[in-house]
Amino acid sequence: MSDAQLVARCRAGEEAAWNELVARFSRYVYGIAVQAFRLPEHDAEDVFQDCFARVYENLDRLRDDSALRPWIGQLTRRLCIDRLRGSSREQPVDEEVLLADAEDTIARLDEAMTVHEALAHLSADCREILDRFFAQDQSYRTIGNALDIPSGTIASRISRCLTKLRELLEGKKPDVEPV
Amino acid sequence: MAYDEERLARLLQALPPAPEAWVRAAQELPLSRRELDVIVARAEADARFREALIADLEGALAAEGFEPDERTLERLRHLLAS
Repeated sequence: MSDAQLVARCRAGEEAAWNELVARFSRYVYGIAVQAFRLPEHDAEDVFQDCFARVYENLDRLRDDSALRPWIGQLTRRLCIDRLRGSSREQPVDEEVLLADAEDTIARLDEAMTVHEALAHLSADCREILDRFFAQDQSYRTIGNALDIPSGTIASRISRCLTKLRELLEGKKPDVEPV
Repeated sequence: MAYDEERLARLLQALPPAPEAWVRAAQELPLSRRELDVIVARAEADARFREALIADLEGALAAEGFEPDERTLERLRHLLAS
């Protein structure tokens, strides 16, 4: 489902669509708060919840439904900056330096989101294996136990799934049969 | 754009999952908002309930069977104070 379709279904009040929207962008919002702006956990949690609350309240005002990601990114940036300005009264921060660093990180997170979105077009097995190994930093043994596959085969599966992901991102049609 | 294995791995590592409890709380937002609307409507229609909320927010809500989360409580405090 495209972002624009997801927004339309959220506007229609579909709870499952809202759940999907949060799931789809939760890593992005979390990454901006924690990696780009280096907010402490408590502040990052507030930003995270405020961000989704504002998305929920203002979804009707989004002018271009396909621009959901840049809108959420901008919203999260603003909330992080407000949070930093609030805390800088106690602990001064060099805002210019921090913003420049943050933009570099956000550009990387945007690229990572594109890769993450491409995962959705791979088989469920590939999605699980790549996400568990890279994003969740799980060991071969943990992945093997969770997915009930021999841990000795994980490395080769990861390699095959990466190849499929690369083909997809480079515009080739990958074979989506299970790995 | 070329994606070698190393680059793909780095990009996949860049987006770890947000804490599950945060995600769940955000997903429950529509539910919380509905509960908030019900409480606010009731407080507007029933002066005694509104007074009870101002005197002891959590106690008054519990007595009426409401179980709002912390953020809903915060919003209610804000609304009752304004």
